[in-house]
Amino acid sequence: MEHLLSAEEITPEVFGEIYQTAQSVKRALREGRKKFSVLRGKCVVNLFFEPSTRTRSSFEKAGKFLSADVINISTSTSSVKKGESLVDTLKNLDMMHPDVIVLRHPCEGAPYTAKPFVRAAIVNAGDGRHQHPTQALLDAATLKEHFGTLEGKRITIVGDIANSRVARSDAILFKKLGAEVFVYGPSTMMPRYPEAMGVKVLKSFDDVCDVSDAVILLRIQLERLNAKKTFPSIREYAELFGLNRERLKKLKPETVILHPGPFNRGVELTNDVVVSDRTLIFNQVEMGLAVRMVILSLMCNRLEKLKEEV
Amino acid sequence: MGRLLFKGGTVVDPSQGINGVYDVLIEGERVVKVEKNIDSVEAETVIDVCGLTLTPGFIDLHSHLRDPGQEWKEDIESGSNAAVAGGFTSVCCMANTDPVNDNPTVTRYIIEKAQKIGLCDVFPIGAITKGLKGEELAEIGLMVKAGIVAISDDGETPKDSKVLRNAMDYARSLGIPVFTHSEDKSLSAGGHMNEGPLSSLLGIPGMPPEAEDIGTMRDILIAKLTGAHIHVCHVSSRGALQIIESAKQEGVRVTCEITPHHFTLTEDAVREFNTNAKMCPPLRTEEHVEACRNALKTGVADAIATDHAPHSEDEKLVEFCQAPFGIIGFQTALPLSLNLVREGYLTLEQLVEKLSVNPAKIIRKGDIGTLKPGARANITVFDPEEEFTLTKDLIKSKSFNTPFLNQRLKGAVKFTVYSGKIVYKSV
Repeated sequence: MEHLLSAEEITPEVFGEIYQTAQSVKRALREGRKKFSVLRGKCVVNLFFEPSTRTRSSFEKAGKFLSADVINISTSTSSVKKGESLVDTLKNLDMMHPDVIVLRHPCEGAPYTAKPFVRAAIVNAGDGRHQHPTQALLDAATLKEHFGTLEGKRITIVGDIANSRVARSDAILFKKLGAEVFVYGPSTMMPRYPEAMGVKVLKSFDDVCDVSDAVILLRIQLERLNAKKTFPSIREYAELFGLNRERLKKLKPETVILHPGPFNRGVELTNDVVVSDRTLIFNQVEMGLAVRMVILSLMCNRLEKLKEEV
Repeated sequence: MGRLLFKGGTVVDPSQGINGVYDVLIEGERVVKVEKNIDSVEAETVIDVCGLTLTPGFIDLHSHLRDPGQEWKEDIESGSNAAVAGGFTSVCCMANTDPVNDNPTVTRYIIEKAQKIGLCDVFPIGAITKGLKGEELAEIGLMVKAGIVAISDDGETPKDSKVLRNAMDYARSLGIPVFTHSEDKSLSAGGHMNEGPLSSLLGIPGMPPEAEDIGTMRDILIAKLTGAHIHVCHVSSRGALQIIESAKQEGVRVTCEITPHHFTLTEDAVREFNTNAKMCPPLRTEEHVEACRNALKTGVADAIATDHAPHSEDEKLVEFCQAPFGIIGFQTALPLSLNLVREGYLTLEQLVEKLSVNPAKIIRKGDIGTLKPGARANITVFDPEEEFTLTKDLIKSKSFNTPFLNQRLKGAVKFTVYSGKIVYKSV
C-alpha cells in the first residue's frame, strides 16, 4: 500500500494480515515490550488541522514505540484561508523528508488534494465527514477479536450517521468482511441515500436490539447539535437514542458495544453501559494503538520487520 | 470594405429554413445573401469552406468575464478571445464584477472596452439590486440606456420576493428579461455538490435538486404575477424542467438555458474531489442529465449557455469544500453540444437554434442569430468531425478550470466572423 486514504482500499486479505500482526503487537505490549527498532531512521509527521487528542496521541505512541522520529504539527483551520494553502504546506513539509504524513483535516477529500504533491505516504486520520480508515481497521479488529469473524455479523451504528466519517469507514470495511451493516438515529441525521453507503436504516431502538450482534455508538457533537438544527435537545437525544440500562437489557445477550470515543456520558450512553461487561470501548483504544503500529510499518515497507521483532 | 464569399459550406440557418450546401456573401458588416452557387466574381475574396458547417454566430447568454475587478481570472480581452475561439460572436456577461455592474458607468466601461477589443459583442447584464445585496433596486433604467440586455443578480437572486417582484415589474416595463439563478439557498446552504448517492458516500454536504425546484417555482410565480419575461439560468434538475414546461403551457413568459456540462456530466465527475467539476448548480445524477438532454430536444429548454466562470489555478488548487464554484465553457460548448446531435437528441438545426437563434430572441436582438440579408455578418464555421485534445495551450481564457482539460473533443471551430471580420481562424 502506498497511502491509506479510505477503507475502500483495504481488501479482506490485507485486513487479515493487519489483524494478525496487530495481535502479535498487542501480545508484545501486554508483555511490557514497548520499544521496537522497526522504524528507526524513519520520520512520521502528525499533521492535524483539527483538534484531536485520542487519534493524534495514538499515532504518536505508535510511531515512538517503533522508534520513528515523530513530529506533531497542529494548525488551526481559521488560518488556512489567509495563510499557506494545504498543498503548499504539504509540499514544504515533504521537503523535510518525512516517510509518513498522518493527516487530519476538516474538509472531505483533503488528503486526495494533497496526494499528488508529496512523496511521503499519507495516512488519512480523518477528512471531514468522509473517511477515517484506521478507525475502521481498529473497530473491525476489535470485533474480529471478540467474535472470531465478521462474516454474517449484524452491526448497527447509532448516531449522526450523515455527518460521520467513522460510520462511512466502518460500513465500507465491515461489508467487505462479510458483515451486514445497519444504522439508526434521528431521521435528521440519516444519509439521504443509505444504500450508497451500503447500510440499511432501522426504524426503532427495538429493531436495533433485535438485530444487532454489535452496536457502535457515535459521539454526538454537543456543540453542533443546535447549530445544525438537526435535533432539539441533548436530553431528548439521550431519552430517544441513548443506550441506557433499560435498553441494555433488551439487547441480545451476546451483543457487544463499541464507541470511537470520546463518549458523552448521559448522552449516547449511561454509566451502566460503560461498566457493562459487553462494552469493548477500552479494547478499541488498545487495538487502535496496535493497528496504527502496523499501518505505520506497512507505509514504510517494514511490515516484515515488525513481524520479526514482535 | 470589400465583399467576402464563403463557398461550398453546409449552411444551417434555421431562422430562414436553410440547411444545405450554400454560398454566403457578405459585404462590410452585413450579410448580402445566402444562395446556391454565387459567382466568385461577385466577391473580392473567396474562402473555400467545402466540408465545413457554417451557421449564424453563436450567442452565449451566460458568462462571467471578471472585468472589472478580477482580472487575474479573466478580462474582457482574454474572454473575447476565448469566446471567438469557441465560435461565439456575442456573449452576455453577468454583473458580479468588482465593482458590481449595478450602474451605467460600469455598463459603459464594459461595452466600450469590448468595442475597442472588437472581437465580439459583449452584452452586459445589469444587476437587479445594488451590490447584488438583494435590497435596493439598481439603476436598471439607466443601465438599459447604457446597453444592458437583461438584469440578473445571478447566484444571488433576491431572497426577498417583494424585491424580485418589483424588479420584474420594472423590467417588463423596460422590455428586458430577468435572468434568474433559481435556488432556495436556505435549503442548499453549506452544500458543495449535488445531494445524491455520491454525497452520501463521500460525506460532502449536498445541495438537493429540490432547492432548485423550489427556487424555480417561486421565481416563475413572480414572473406570472408581473407578466415579466423570466429566463431561468443553467437549469439542472428534472423537477425545475417540469415546472418550466408547465409554466410554458400556461402561457407564462418563461425561457431557460442549459449548460453543456449539465447535459454531459454526472455527479460522478467529483468522485475524486476534482474542484474543476465543482459548480453551482452542481452536476447531478443521470436522471437529471437525461432530463436536461430531453428538455433541449422537446424545446422546454430554449438555449445552450456556457456559464463560463473562470477561476485561477491557485483558487481551484485547494480542498474541495474551499474551492469556488464554476468552470470555463466557451471552448467546450460546441463539441459537447455536437454530442447531442451525434446521439440523436438534436438535429443540427435545433443545435443552431439553441446556440444562436433563440438566444438572439431572448435578448431581443434582431440582426444577429440569423444570416438573412442585412443581418450582421456574424458567422461560425466549424468542422463537426475534427477531433482535438483540449490542452492548456489551446485554451484562450486566462483560467483553465474545466473538467474537460486534456480530453479528446469532437467538433472544432475553424473560422469565426464578427461584423464581417475574421476574428478567429484555427491553424
